[in-house]
Amino acid sequence: MLGYTLKRLLQMIVVLGAVSVIVFLMMSFTGDPVFMVVPIDATEAEIAQARRILGLDRSMPEQYAIFLKGMLQGDFGRSYVFREPALDLILERLPATLEIVVVAMLMSAVVAIPLGVYAGANPGRTESRAIMTGSLVGISLPSFWVGMMLIFLFAVKWNVFPSSGRGDTVEVMGTRWSIFTADGWHHIILPSLTLSLGTMAILLRITRAGMMEVTRQDYMKFARAKGVSRRGVLYGHGLRNALIPVVTIFGLQLGDLIAFATITETIFAWPGLGKLLIDSIYRADRPVIVVYLMLVATIFVVINFLVDILYTWIDPRIRVK
Amino acid sequence: MTAAFLSSEFVHNYRRNPSAIAGSAILVIFAVIVTLGPWLVWQDPYDIASLNLLDSYKPPMWLPGGDAAYPLGTDGQGRDLLAAIFYGTRVSVMIGLTAMAFSCLLGTAAGILAGYYGGVIDSVLMRIADVQLSFPSMLIALFLMSAFGTGVDKVLIALTAVGWVVYARTVRGQTLSEIEKEYVQAARVAGLSDTKIILRHILPNVTTPLIVVATVQVGTFILIEASLSFLGVGVPITQPSLGLLIKNGFDVLFSGLWWTSVFPGLFIMALVFGINLFGDFLRDELNPRLK
Amino acid sequence: MTEALLQVEGLRTHFHTFSGTVRAVDGVSFAVGRGEIMGLVGESGGGKSVVGFSLLGLIDPPGRIEGGTIRFDGEDLTAAGEARMRRIRGREIAMVFQDPMTSLNPLHTVGRQMDEVLRLHTDLDAAARRARSVEMLESVGISRAAERLSAYPHQFSGGMRQRVVIAIALLASPRLIVADEPTTALDVTIQSQILKLMRRQIRERGASMILITHDLAVVAEMADHITVLYCGKVVERGPADTVLRRPAHPYTRGLIDSIPNPALRKERLNQIPGMVPDIRNLPVGCNFRDRCPRATALCAEVEPALQDRGSGQWAACHHPLDAAP
Repeated sequence: MLGYTLKRLLQMIVVLGAVSVIVFLMMSFTGDPVFMVVPIDATEAEIAQARRILGLDRSMPEQYAIFLKGMLQGDFGRSYVFREPALDLILERLPATLEIVVVAMLMSAVVAIPLGVYAGANPGRTESRAIMTGSLVGISLPSFWVGMMLIFLFAVKWNVFPSSGRGDTVEVMGTRWSIFTADGWHHIILPSLTLSLGTMAILLRITRAGMMEVTRQDYMKFARAKGVSRRGVLYGHGLRNALIPVVTIFGLQLGDLIAFATITETIFAWPGLGKLLIDSIYRADRPVIVVYLMLVATIFVVINFLVDILYTWIDPRIRVK
Repeated sequence: MTAAFLSSEFVHNYRRNPSAIAGSAILVIFAVIVTLGPWLVWQDPYDIASLNLLDSYKPPMWLPGGDAAYPLGTDGQGRDLLAAIFYGTRVSVMIGLTAMAFSCLLGTAAGILAGYYGGVIDSVLMRIADVQLSFPSMLIALFLMSAFGTGVDKVLIALTAVGWVVYARTVRGQTLSEIEKEYVQAARVAGLSDTKIILRHILPNVTTPLIVVATVQVGTFILIEASLSFLGVGVPITQPSLGLLIKNGFDVLFSGLWWTSVFPGLFIMALVFGINLFGDFLRDELNPRLK
Repeated sequence: MTEALLQVEGLRTHFHTFSGTVRAVDGVSFAVGRGEIMGLVGESGGGKSVVGFSLLGLIDPPGRIEGGTIRFDGEDLTAAGEARMRRIRGREIAMVFQDPMTSLNPLHTVGRQMDEVLRLHTDLDAAARRARSVEMLESVGISRAAERLSAYPHQFSGGMRQRVVIAIALLASPRLIVADEPTTALDVTIQSQILKLMRRQIRERGASMILITHDLAVVAEMADHITVLYCGKVVERGPADTVLRRPAHPYTRGLIDSIPNPALRKERLNQIPGMVPDIRNLPVGCNFRDRCPRATALCAEVEPALQDRGSGQWAACHHPLDAAP
């Protein structure tokens, strides 16, 4: 078990190293950031000076070495636009994104798992077919369009939810959160709902597939032969077996949610990471993009790691290996 | 041949599957829109001469102020929304299909190389695939586009870069299991060249699983392209896709001009839904394991 | 003679599928006396397992019990509601499945799966339930039982798992055990251990058992009575000795001839020719006639009914073996 954990940790570091190379290379192709820092009427000499200060005049391997060294010390450079350390900017926006992502995840789990279990346990029923068709529509919807429709209906037409912003925040543990205020919740509902739809559909389909697989198993019938009720068998014996694949998907979806938060945050003017990212892309604010990418990569790798650990906890068969 | 196909189990199951029929009906409608679209509407929405600014923001024809000449209403330049949607559908579908074809070619080639020759090629390709799979496709495409700038060709490159991995993985696995088989071993011993072995024995055996992947991927690509265009890093405004039409509609949504964004969205939804319905059927028929 | 523990009359369980109705069990009658082991025999697909599941009311759609009665200790189970059946399953009638590898939930400890039965069917407190589980595991021959309660099924071998399954079945002291091919999935060497264990446990507790199997050798070793099923119908039944020594139905004869057991075998090992007919498309007349050496024109027209052959033996054949052909 310890050996396995160490092996996984080592893998994580290797992947993050590879990601840092890729991010670095990608950034080198993303236009010339020097024009972001110099005034429009800068002279050649001023530009060359700026280039030197930014380290852009060195060779690629040298630039990468500097990049890596800075990164390991937590120094990603300053944002060209905000003139603040890029890491601080990102960390400041992180809670807002985490809020909508976590709320979206919970929303999709709360809706998808029971519906998926139902559809998987009663595959022939009309309700199950309706659920499955609904989930297919969910996968087929462009999430940004759904967000717009929600804004149009709930904000423009009926005026029941605000269309943008985070609402009131309170400071908890040094950062500002919306989920601890009523107004914050009022603001968080629409963006999180928008974000959750795709994940909801996918989770639902995986849960159903897992459930259908499980209902065919002998141990389900054996449990019924012991006198356990149909519901008891489904939830007591089936659900946990069926949810094993769901855990993986849950992990992967968390990553997707962070990615799609860029779009949702743009629509709802939600001041999170995604909005910052899009703004930074428009302004070629390289350091911010780099921190974002590295942060997202780290989150991904850590989630995958946690999912694997969670697996061994859910499935005793893996624990022994 | 045709008769045999018509009496096959595939066709039999298709006839009894309402979702598959509905899905393919939707796809047929879209095929007509894509091929004949420009001849189905009276206006070329991107010919400035045919636009009349006085007709801007007309609501759909069934609403007060609507005009039968513009069944789904008009946008800010007096452009017939239906015409814009038909043209936009063409852009979206062409991007989805072309990017799928590129991804499929590139990925299949990579998968065969990795599986057939193994060694360094295999390790390098599969490590790239691993790293790439640890990021969501949408995010990778977003970064590539932000590096490239807008353009249909650039969207195609970004989508291909995102899409090849799934083919490479599938084909590599399939190739590995095929070359173990005796007939391939025999062909090798008989001195058949690598190219011939790949073309005759390996390729035909990897196509079936790819059909399902490819079908669903067209839908995914259409959605990713729409998202990119919505964020302003997709197709240029001279060649608007459905996604870009929605973005244009978003700007006026708060003024209550809902139709400019609602209808393009409904079209994307119907299109991708049709693809997914049909893809689900194909998956069940061709590849029950992938369920 | 006292009333039998289980009296099945004219049981019909059908499956309504797209390609037609499958009459998996079609008019089956038999009885199981108290303390008796009844062997239910037939080829795969002959409807044996469906009989077992019908007794427990575990027939899922598209299957349905279409008719007949199942009298268990005087009570008709076909008329019992789901709530009543839940109290019967495990407590009155327990079941042992074919494959011990799949009949235990891989994610629950053995102790938890045993405890579940006791929680459902007894008023014992946690400590008493645990003691009972340990005692039961020991009685089926599992050593260090107290420790093994917290083990997961994958930590047991196939034979050990089947012992666990048997222990679970016996926990609530049911009066009838339905064992569906309990040793088919096991190694030959373990098979007889498990059979002996089951017989001893059944006898000690004075319970009854229906042993469902395709293997007449197993039945010969275990059963007091035999019921032979073919295509969902009873073709022969009677005391085990009589049926095995003097089978009346050619199908039973065929099954006996295919046993590789010197004690029962005649001169050579035989196989029944042909295949079980498509159960959705059964022929008119006797279902066995296409495979039967004694079939005549009569067999193609009239379905034979079960007839008393004396000394408790019944057979459904126009040309039974002890009569002139």
